[in-house]
Amino acid sequence: MANEEFPLKKVCIICAKGTIEDVYAALVMSNGAVMEGIETKMFFTFFGLDAITKKTMNSLHTGVVGNPAMRMPGGLPFPTLLGAIPGVEAGVSAMMRSQMDKLDIPPVKEFLEMIEAGGGEVYACKLAMDMFKLKKEDLWEGVKEVLTVGQFYEKCGGLQTQIIFT
Amino acid sequence: MAQKIYAGVSVDVNEEGYFTNPAQWTREMAAEVAGEEGINLTDNHYAVLSFLRERYGKGEALTIRSVGNSGIIDIKGFYGLFPGAPMKKAAKIAGIPKPSSCV
Repeated sequence: MANEEFPLKKVCIICAKGTIEDVYAALVMSNGAVMEGIETKMFFTFFGLDAITKKTMNSLHTGVVGNPAMRMPGGLPFPTLLGAIPGVEAGVSAMMRSQMDKLDIPPVKEFLEMIEAGGGEVYACKLAMDMFKLKKEDLWEGVKEVLTVGQFYEKCGGLQTQIIFT
Repeated sequence: MAQKIYAGVSVDVNEEGYFTNPAQWTREMAAEVAGEEGINLTDNHYAVLSFLRERYGKGEALTIRSVGNSGIIDIKGFYGLFPGAPMKKAAKIAGIPKPSSCV
């Protein structure tokens, strides 16, 4: 079987969005890969940079306006206008984070530290950093390097490697 | 169901080699399973194995984070003890089913 003959050896996971769900999709997939012994490289770009910026990393939000999958506790649809009320987005986001904590899903910083402890590598996109006027010292200390797209691709070579865009 | 002989005793394992009956497990068997994985068990390894078995016994999810918070070892150390895929390897050696948690 192809899966046994050619197991995945390396994943390069790109995170370009800064909502809780986009960032956690990238973190869960990366940590999962590290746990399986798969070489893992993460690349944060555009709003995804929020997840590795010290100031924002532990207070990410989820979108409550224009998110048709959003539900009230209990399953009723979440009215878009309700999401427009100040504080609602923060409340919903805090609730989501507490739900995740119950499943032993750690806060962003701790999650990144877990990935790093297992040998995963975290990179930031140079172009997006320039755009948002961010400096290396604004980022979480575990960020290995600020890279151009070309430099990131150089790290993504090799057989049995996949690039995943969350 | 497959059988395997560890420490002179026949035990039930699944097709991937995980114990299907954790009660059949002994410390001597752990050393032999670890040997198959290329690991020499130390006291630190055994401390982690007992932690996992205890947690499994209570029906709690086996997550990397829970090992890191166990006070026995940090996450980096856990990867060091069971290189590659630590949770899977440790569970196999601890004689408990393959962990089904995503974190």
